[in-house]
Amino acid sequence: MSTYSVLGLLFLFAIFGFFFGRTRALSSAGGDIKKLHSLPQYYGLNALFLAFFPPLLVLVLWTFAQSIFVDERIKSELSPWVLAEQKNINLVVSEVDRLSDGLKASVELGSLTYQQVSDKTVGLDGIENILVTSGVFLTDDIQAPILAAARLKFYMETLGNSFRNWIVIIGSVIGLVWALTQVNLNFRARSRVEQMVLMLLAAAATLAIFTSVGIVLSMLFEALRFFGMHPWTDFFFGSTWAPSFSAGSELSILPLLWGTLYISFVALLVAVPIGLYAAIYLSEYASRPVRAFAKPLLEVLAGIPTIVYGLFALTTFGPFLRQFFGDGGFLGVEWMSDSRSVITAGVVMGMMLIPFVSSLSDDIINAVPQSLRDGSYGLGATQSETVRNVILPAALPGIIGAILLAASRAIGETMIVVLGAGAVAKFAGNPLEALTTITTRIVSQLTGDLEFDSAETLVAFALGLTLFTITLGLNVLALYIVRRYREQYE
Amino acid sequence: MTDTTPSTSLFKISDRTKGRNAAEKRFRFYGITAISIGLFMLLVLASTIVLRGTSAFQQTFITLDVELLEAKLDKKGNRNIDDIKKVSTFGYKPILANAVSGLLEKNGIETSLKKKELSGIISKSAPSQLREYVLADVSRIGQTIEFKFLTNGWIDGYLKGRYTRESVANSKFASAEQFDLIDELVKIGVVEKKFNLDFILGADASDQRPEASGIGVAVVGSFYMMLVVLIFSLPLGVAASVYLEEFAKKNIFTDLIEITISNLAAVPSIVFGILGLAVFINYVNLPQSTPFVGGLVLTLMTLPTIIISTRASLKSVPPSIRDAALGIGASKMQTVFHHVLPLAAPGIFTGTIIGMAQALGESAPLLLIGMIGYIATNMPANISEGLLSPNSAMPAQIYEWAKRADPAFVERAWGGIIILLIFLLTMNTLAVVLRRKFERRW
Repeated sequence: MSTYSVLGLLFLFAIFGFFFGRTRALSSAGGDIKKLHSLPQYYGLNALFLAFFPPLLVLVLWTFAQSIFVDERIKSELSPWVLAEQKNINLVVSEVDRLSDGLKASVELGSLTYQQVSDKTVGLDGIENILVTSGVFLTDDIQAPILAAARLKFYMETLGNSFRNWIVIIGSVIGLVWALTQVNLNFRARSRVEQMVLMLLAAAATLAIFTSVGIVLSMLFEALRFFGMHPWTDFFFGSTWAPSFSAGSELSILPLLWGTLYISFVALLVAVPIGLYAAIYLSEYASRPVRAFAKPLLEVLAGIPTIVYGLFALTTFGPFLRQFFGDGGFLGVEWMSDSRSVITAGVVMGMMLIPFVSSLSDDIINAVPQSLRDGSYGLGATQSETVRNVILPAALPGIIGAILLAASRAIGETMIVVLGAGAVAKFAGNPLEALTTITTRIVSQLTGDLEFDSAETLVAFALGLTLFTITLGLNVLALYIVRRYREQYE
Repeated sequence: MTDTTPSTSLFKISDRTKGRNAAEKRFRFYGITAISIGLFMLLVLASTIVLRGTSAFQQTFITLDVELLEAKLDKKGNRNIDDIKKVSTFGYKPILANAVSGLLEKNGIETSLKKKELSGIISKSAPSQLREYVLADVSRIGQTIEFKFLTNGWIDGYLKGRYTRESVANSKFASAEQFDLIDELVKIGVVEKKFNLDFILGADASDQRPEASGIGVAVVGSFYMMLVVLIFSLPLGVAASVYLEEFAKKNIFTDLIEITISNLAAVPSIVFGILGLAVFINYVNLPQSTPFVGGLVLTLMTLPTIIISTRASLKSVPPSIRDAALGIGASKMQTVFHHVLPLAAPGIFTGTIIGMAQALGESAPLLLIGMIGYIATNMPANISEGLLSPNSAMPAQIYEWAKRADPAFVERAWGGIIILLIFLLTMNTLAVVLRRKFERRW
């Protein structure tokens, strides 16, 4: 029986339990609902939960554990042969997987019997033809150890699955029956159900937390594998980035970090003055109609997907700049050879960051109490002097926090730099030249044609971990600055 | 009393005041300039999108009378579908060439192109289109049917002003003679630019056939992905927020959880792509490039957004409601589910819609799990195929088109952006409307 049908059966039991529990509760009170401790639906829910969730948990855990166990067993069975024949264990394992799927399909179609496949003593000659008709794509003859491993896998999986299915179904029935026998006038069904719901909610919260832990752990694991292949001192302190197909790639993060920081700096150079002045004007000077009109429009800039900005940089802004700075352009200089450059990506990224800086600063400036402004006006200051001397200093921690958050967004941005910044990794200073970033290289290393276990591909995980740490550090720093230096007004 | 006349008077503005007033005016000016620059950038972006993208919705078609020659398609003459299937698209090319030369003869147009080159003005997807038509109903062989085919991408570019005769002088795909021929055909009305529904509904095509590529299948991929995001992130996010907000004790663990979640919301999207690759594809071995895995990765991205907005909505329900419910004897769980949650529902839904709109526009994580362009060649047939067969998503398809050097593909990338933005605009407007309609001010 497949996993889906077991799940379906659990659903059926649960729903049946709900309706049956409900009617049973009513009938145990002789039709008088006031005699029951809880509403009848709670008795039904009690049955539903007991019939569904514990068996579901067993199902999920068993499936995970079984697949890990089977994989380990297959690997240990095959490893002597793999070592002797100098093959790649991952390729062999995937071939075994394909073969065992094909065997399963053949048994389902009826071209083979379960007996033939699982019994080790039965020889399987001519199996290639049967497998091809079941839709397995075979490149050459199947080697004996692989076939044996596939048969073992098939046998273990079918056996394990049927054990699992039986245990789950029986568990569900036991839960159902137990819940139904609990139905009684005095049984506190609602409390029981609420306890179970609380457990479910707590499980959801834990799951949500596990994902963030999972991010760090998964990247850490692969990054450690990379550091096993390539010295970490070279990665963090070396100065060239030049991955090559043969051995001897130079993989260090510093040129990429330079590119990232340079482009983010240009982006902030565009976004901070414009965003800050826009926020000040909107909160201090603008009339209500102007504010109601301009603020949402500026926030539209934040909602546009970054691929749009990337395409804009590549096809419109880049060539536009080339018309000025490139060959045969208006200024007659040849500073820009390609439409991708630091300025292309930086300015466009700045466009994207304007609403970040402006909205956050706007909130912070509005939070400064009116009494401070009134005091300053009362002393005869003009509006701009008030802003410069009273409001901005009061709002400064928040504004710095906003700038740091925008910087962290700029550092982590991918699509704009992939399309607009190019692939050159060096410590260049000319903003009109192409320069690559950490995020671009992550995309190119992970979507390239290299084998997954090579250092060139695993370096992407190390890059991702570094990126994650940098952005996390900036965010925590922003939060700390805001909390520590925030003025408390009463 | 002194009798010195005062040197300052309120009616005479001193230099210092003049300076301060000038500084004030300058400051205002800077503010207005900043806003204008921001709005100008928005205007430039919007006009670029519209100008560059709308041409993708029109495509050049050529109307031909095609004679389905029995001699070429069904040599044995007994309409056996297996025999007819054996004729590959190669066999259909001469039929198309005949159709074009017949058209030229009928209208008395002369050209220096050789007969074999004539079929080059039609898209390379035309033979397979013709073949499918024939296989659908073999009785059509022998008849002469009027068809509308796509012309090849270069001719389409010529009619849209992208190419001139000089620019194709050295190209092997198009020539000045072809353009001359096309001019003649346009005059007689056989070649025209029309609205191309296939762009919206069709699948992507290979490098050589930009005229035949469409975004429809990618839209379906995005749809299935959003379905997965909705199914997983909404219950999980709301359950987690309800627990954290209403039931968890306020200790250092919950503080840590709060910090983790707000940091998760600021993690770059590409990190989630790396996570998806490492865990979902390598460790759990889910099928690569499928909307299901894409949906799982985007769920991880949307979860912090939903949790944060749900917590804000739950916090905004005043304590008096909770106290009143507890006061008439409800349990904590009943208070939350029967009173607090329904009142917080509008905020939760707007937060979900906004989170999903953000997820729809994400492309970086999808590139890493393999949902790039030109994977799926036709629409998925049912829901399990939609979820588990390799497909692309709108932003990833746009990126793929942008990467190809052909300007025809870049035009289509802008067209795809228009479609993506239409979806986003709808979702955001829906969120704003919902918020306006159901928002309660306590």
